[in-house]
Amino acid sequence: MSTATRSLPRTIGAHAILLTYTAIALFPVILVIMNSFKSRAGIFGAPLTPPTPKTFDLIGYTTVIGQGDFIHYFQNSLVVTVASLFFVLLFGAMAAFALSEYRFRGNSLMGLYLALGIMIPIRLGTVAILQLMVASGLVNTLTALILVYTAQGLPLAIFILSEFMKQVSDDLKNAGRIDGLSEYTIFFRLVLPLVRPSMATVAVFTMIPIWNDLWFPLILAPSEETKTVTLGAQLFLGQFVTNWNAILAALSLAIMPVLILYVIFSRQLIRGITSGAVK
Amino acid sequence: MAADTRPKRPFRWHVGVFLAPAVLVYTAIMILPLAGTLQLSLFRNIEQHQVFVGLENFRTLFGDPNWSVNFWNALRNNTWFFIIHMLVQNPIGVMLAALLSSPRLRFSAFYRTAIFVPTILSFVIVGFAWKLILSPLWGVAPHLLDLVGLKSLFTPWLGKEEYALTALSLISVWQFVGIPMMLIYAALLSIPEEVIEAAECDGITGMSQFWKIKLPLILPSIGIISILTFVGNFNAFDLIYTAQGALAGPNYSTDILGTFLYRAFFGFQLQVGDPNMGAAIATMMFLIILGGVCVYLFLVQTRLRRYQF
Repeated sequence: MSTATRSLPRTIGAHAILLTYTAIALFPVILVIMNSFKSRAGIFGAPLTPPTPKTFDLIGYTTVIGQGDFIHYFQNSLVVTVASLFFVLLFGAMAAFALSEYRFRGNSLMGLYLALGIMIPIRLGTVAILQLMVASGLVNTLTALILVYTAQGLPLAIFILSEFMKQVSDDLKNAGRIDGLSEYTIFFRLVLPLVRPSMATVAVFTMIPIWNDLWFPLILAPSEETKTVTLGAQLFLGQFVTNWNAILAALSLAIMPVLILYVIFSRQLIRGITSGAVK
Repeated sequence: MAADTRPKRPFRWHVGVFLAPAVLVYTAIMILPLAGTLQLSLFRNIEQHQVFVGLENFRTLFGDPNWSVNFWNALRNNTWFFIIHMLVQNPIGVMLAALLSSPRLRFSAFYRTAIFVPTILSFVIVGFAWKLILSPLWGVAPHLLDLVGLKSLFTPWLGKEEYALTALSLISVWQFVGIPMMLIYAALLSIPEEVIEAAECDGITGMSQFWKIKLPLILPSIGIISILTFVGNFNAFDLIYTAQGALAGPNYSTDILGTFLYRAFFGFQLQVGDPNMGAAIATMMFLIILGGVCVYLFLVQTRLRRYQF
């Protein structure tokens, strides 16, 4: 073993391992996207080569866009994700502010109660959630999904945000109070803008599981009207098992929006994980 | 809640207003249904009426061979699923993080971003993409094995009872390795420079530095990752459902508690769904997860005092 910390073989070895693993991580994604642009003969004849003018074919995409109602599913997912995200951030920030700013009896007990949901998955309550939604007539509505995802996202959001809100300077808030601002104005005008970076982190953490969830759309909102992209893709893929062009195109269409968003926000996400999550 | 603040000071309405929306939604949609599910597991639907039957549902679950065989099978498979994650996902995650955190490594942002990509994809995409890759019809997997001269090893892994669960666990590992990597990476970055310098002065460098200095300092993070993996695995459903369907084939060899719960609750093919049995299974999952969390909190957390800087 070399005793120098930064010797050349070491660096090469590190790069070799990391490159290998990067290849493993990206290979399936690249393979699927690459082959979605090929004809059937191209997919089976030479799966590992990029599309050439000879094998290039958009038949998969035309099938998907012609058959599945993907744009509608996409809208549903967007509505559910954005609405849940809004409520998680608003309610989560408000509760986090109350917990971190005011001393009242039962404060830490309340914090503990709200943190329960970080460890105990909401899925275990599905049987009673379905009954609740049936009783209130919310089955097959996007409202049901928004409510469930809001409840699901709140515990972690409150936990992370209250850590950050404790760091906001007391002097600033007290200066606001002396100037006669109400507690609501202090929260919305002074504190919220200061914790915006951590709000972005929480947003990314909350968004990914909601967008990707299959369980609740399958159980609470399986109707054609309310299908999300994840559920729609699942059913579509099940139907078209033999149409490889269509499957690969549908998979690519499902991958690309998430991938594009990820590339845009990856810096934010990674900074969030490396600063906030392990506090 | 806010009502407790009444003595001494004037009633502070705003505390209640700030807390109310989150507490209401959380209680109504999460805590009450969870309690409701635990309660439902003690009832049974007899002639359209919910009748209290005590632990009768659990007696069925463990006593009736129709249920108990499936339950133990699902629990065994789920445990194996978890073991694979602990043995493969977390060591790989730690190794990648250790490499990434080495000083002056170039392109580390690129590696980080790329290795995290699978984690953001949905199970539906991951399950199907791997199904296609491992499919003998397409021949990508055998072709790749051929390149390294191991073509004889190929079998349709997802279709064979003895390999399917392991294959799916590894797919799940592939998807989630980014999470331990990121958390450990963050923990490694937060080790103060002085500690490392002191170690270097004492001549502890390279691999032995990692084992003797860094690893003990990141143990709390490894504890957190283990419990996150535990909760996630015993709650898993989507990947198996996407890749193998609700029947978790071949011949239930990939059945885990999540898919078992789904079938009991909703029914499949000839069996009619039974919410009460579903609730009983959900209760068992609840107890298992709660047990794991308690073990973590009382044993691991109290022993691994976090290093304070």
